[in-house]
Amino acid sequence: MHELSIISSIVQIATAEIEKAGAQRVESIELDIGELAGIEFSALDFSWEVGVSQTVLEGAERHIHRIGGEAKCSECETVFNMQALYDPCPSCGSFFSEILKGKELSVKALTVS
Amino acid sequence: MCGICGCGQPNGAVTISKIDLKKVNLGKVSPVADGHHHDHDHHHVHAPAAKQAPGKTVLQIEQDILGKNNLLAERNKGYFEAKNILALNLVSSPGSGKTALLERTLADLKGEIPCYVIEGDQQTSNDADRIAATGAEVVQINTGKGCHLEADMVNEALRQLKPTDGSLLFIENVGNLVCPAMFDLGEGARVVIISVTEGDDKPLKYPDMFHSSQLCIINKIDLLPYVNFSVEKAKEYAQRVSHITEFIEVSATTGQGMERWYEWLRKRKSGN
Repeated sequence: MHELSIISSIVQIATAEIEKAGAQRVESIELDIGELAGIEFSALDFSWEVGVSQTVLEGAERHIHRIGGEAKCSECETVFNMQALYDPCPSCGSFFSEILKGKELSVKALTVS
Repeated sequence: MCGICGCGQPNGAVTISKIDLKKVNLGKVSPVADGHHHDHDHHHVHAPAAKQAPGKTVLQIEQDILGKNNLLAERNKGYFEAKNILALNLVSSPGSGKTALLERTLADLKGEIPCYVIEGDQQTSNDADRIAATGAEVVQINTGKGCHLEADMVNEALRQLKPTDGSLLFIENVGNLVCPAMFDLGEGARVVIISVTEGDDKPLKYPDMFHSSQLCIINKIDLLPYVNFSVEKAKEYAQRVSHITEFIEVSATTGQGMERWYEWLRKRKSGN
C-alpha cells in the first residue's frame, strides 16, 4: 500500500518545515490531492494515524482539498471533467486527451505554533 | 543585460570551448608567495525567524510530496545520460514472466550489448540469482515491507553495480501493478508486461500503470490456445488509458516474438 509511503514523505516535509520555522508543533496540515493522482483516499485515511504516530504530525488536523480531474481532448479540444483515466471525450468520444487538473499531490500549507 | 547583477553581457553570448592541451605551454606553476586572503563575505546575517507566540503561524509550503523522489530520479537520469546508458523500468504483476523474459534476453544479447540488472523484491535474492546464472552483473534490492522501488534505492544500487558506459540497464521492479506507477526511477523508458493468463481487461483495471508506460509486452503467447485472452481487446483497452502505441507479443519460454523485442531494444539504444 503506497499510501503509507506517501504519508512518510508528508511527514518528512512537515518535519523539515517546522524546524525551519522554529516552531513547536503542527496544528493542522493542508494537502492538495487530485482525484487522478493515484491516491486511494480511504486508504490514506486508514493509514494516516499509523503513519503519523510519533511524528510532528501526530494529533494535527488534516484538511485535504480533493481536486477533480479535468482534461482537454486532443482531437476536438473540448475541456471536460475527467473522473477516471479512461474517460472518453464527451463531445467526440476520443480517448486521447491531455490532463489539465487532477494529478496534484502536494503539501499546501502547515499551521504551526 | 543580465537580470541578476546588471552586467552588460547579453543573453546567449556565453561560449564553452574545450582547451586543446597540445597547444598549451605547460610551464611550472609557482604557489602564491604571500597567501593573502580577501574577505569577500557579502552575506547578510539573518536573525532566526522569531517564533510566533502565542498565536499560530500559517506556513505556505506548496511542496510536491513526490518532489524528493522526483529530484533523485532526475539525478539518476543525469547519470544515465552522462554514461549513455539506456535504463528500462520493467513493471508488471507478480508472475507475468519478467525474470524469465530477462533471462532469455540476457542470454541472447550476450556479447552484443553489455547488460546490467537491478532486481526488486520484498525478500530473497532468488531473482538476482537467476540473473547471475546468465553471467550478467546484478544487484538485488529487498524492500522488506515495501511494495515498490523508489529513486533512492536505485541510486544506491547503481553505486554498487557500477554499470559501464553505453550499456543496457534493466530494472525489474517489485511485482505489483499498482504502486510502482507513481515512482519515477529516472528510467529512459517504462515497459509494462502482462501475460495472457491474466485477463485482457488488465489495462482498464490498472490504468495508472499503463498510463505511465511507453511499451507493452504481452508474454506467454504460447498459452493462447488454452486461455480466454483476446490480444486485440487487450491492446484496445491499453490504448484507452495510455499513449502506448507499441505492443510486442512474446513467449519468453519458447522464444517466439523475442526478436522484435531485441529490435526495439537496439533501436532505442541507438537513440531512435
